[in-house]
Amino acid sequence: MDAELRELYQQVILDHNKSPRNYRAMEHHNHDAEGYNPLCGDKIRIYLYIEDERIKDISFQGSGCAISKASASIMSSILKGKTVEEAEQFFEKFHNLITGRLSDDPAREDLGKLAVFEGVKEFPARVKCASLAWHTMLSALKEEKEIVSTEHE
Amino acid sequence: MVSDLKNEIIDIKKIRKDFPILKSTVHGKPLCYLDNAATTQKPMSVIDSISDYYKQKNSNIHRGVHFLSEAATKDYEGARTTIKNFINAASEKEIIFTRGTTESINLVANTFGRKFLGEGDEVIISEMEHHSNIVPWQILAEEKKFKLKVIPINDDGELLMEEFDRLLSPAVKLVSLIYVSNSIGTVNPVREVITKAHQKNIPVLIDAAQAVNHFPVDVKELDCDFLAFSGHKIYGPTGIGVLYGKENWLKQMPPYMGGGDMIASVSFEKTTFNELPYKFEAGTPDIAGAIGLGKAIEYITNIGLDKIAAYEAGLIEYTVGKLKEIEGVKILGNPAHRAGVVSFVVENIHPHDIGTFLDFEGVAVRTGHHCTQPVMDRYKIPATSRASFAFYNLKEEADILVNAVRKVIEVFK
Ligand SMILES: Cc1ncc(COP(=O)(O)O)c(C=O)c1O
Repeated sequence: MDAELRELYQQVILDHNKSPRNYRAMEHHNHDAEGYNPLCGDKIRIYLYIEDERIKDISFQGSGCAISKASASIMSSILKGKTVEEAEQFFEKFHNLITGRLSDDPAREDLGKLAVFEGVKEFPARVKCASLAWHTMLSALKEEKEIVSTEHE
Repeated sequence: MVSDLKNEIIDIKKIRKDFPILKSTVHGKPLCYLDNAATTQKPMSVIDSISDYYKQKNSNIHRGVHFLSEAATKDYEGARTTIKNFINAASEKEIIFTRGTTESINLVANTFGRKFLGEGDEVIISEMEHHSNIVPWQILAEEKKFKLKVIPINDDGELLMEEFDRLLSPAVKLVSLIYVSNSIGTVNPVREVITKAHQKNIPVLIDAAQAVNHFPVDVKELDCDFLAFSGHKIYGPTGIGVLYGKENWLKQMPPYMGGGDMIASVSFEKTTFNELPYKFEAGTPDIAGAIGLGKAIEYITNIGLDKIAAYEAGLIEYTVGKLKEIEGVKILGNPAHRAGVVSFVVENIHPHDIGTFLDFEGVAVRTGHHCTQPVMDRYKIPATSRASFAFYNLKEEADILVNAVRKVIEVFK
């Protein structure tokens, strides 16, 4: 496989695509949002359970390409247990990474698992795929909801 | 049946030399251009005609008495005659230059629609329309309070003709139908639709954007009232397209845009509109584009639309057969008549991932909903990968596509 392509579709991404983590609807969530990418028809719903400014639980459902699914999956495993403020910082970092604006960032080292998405910056058409879950998470953070439960609907 | 004889229907080696872009490479691989439904490549004669116009004849048309203006007008009007002959229209008055299919349909909506559609009326379209034959009617329907009715399709991607018969009520004032589906490839029975509509005096508009490039289209034989197509999908430039309309309708329709060229005389008290087709061509048109489109039509007419249809049918049949052999590949629809397009989905692999992998094999396909979201909803999928063919494509390119799809499946296993 071509090196650039290999860089985009790293094994980690393929794995998360195949068995995404936290892929489920969350019955007792207090924040959620739906993200839609009209260009590709990708849809995602993010569920959050936030208590004391901390993300106690996060999950997602939807359809999308490997990049968008892996991005949602990895995001969910990173953000679980993080504070709302930390989540916003991660968003910033991730966004700079995939748009190629991270090169001089001193915080490079603590990218952790996110580093696998660095290849995306070579594929401008795919930036939206990688960032859909993150944008949706941000709007879910802002969109406080009554605790909804499917049992009571 | 596909046989190697198909390669002899047209002189494919010579033809490929006429399209300079086909020699290019992508990611180090020879370009395998299978996105012809989005736009087709241009032969050298078209490219030359555009630069020759700017180098030798550039001037405005219908205005000057000077040499250049007369030369440009002659070429622009010559292109109109070429198009008239190509679709067998009765006269040049029936050929209106637009920016493309989208503008052609919007023109009919805004002139015919504004005059003849009102509350209680109905317009029939189909479930497989391109957004450009849905949205203009929706916008107008809201304003004029008429209803949009939709002919559904079956799993094979064919119109349910019984449903069409049922929809043809006295309230219907127009049928606007796609000839060849750009997302499934279905060739619709437009002749039958037009006959049935005409039995009830209902006019019919045909979106022929994916038809005129694949087989002969004769407006007299079809007896359609309007027909729209785009230059760039028929080997001509972007920014130019055609609306054919029967003179009898065009005469009754109000102008589309107001401005220069579309008037006979203007005073502040009264303006009289120009004769057909100029009534619908306000402002300075895309002169070079029209000339280029004329050249493109000359080019394919020289090859012969019958031959193009026969050659492409072989390619399509071959590709469909090969793709069907791959486990996990599902082809969208199975129409009895197909032209140009094969849309497919691969189990557990999103079309965008396929598109990116194919790109690295040099293969250009379109992935997405192809401006036909109702079709995607119908099949309950978000998107497809679409390979679409032109007469310059090779059987070997179908093989490259098929092998590339197999490779993607391997990676995602
Ligand atoms: C069937 C059909 N109708 C209409 C259009 C719109 O054509 P244009 O964008 O050239 O106006 C297209 C192009 O994708 C098409 O395939």
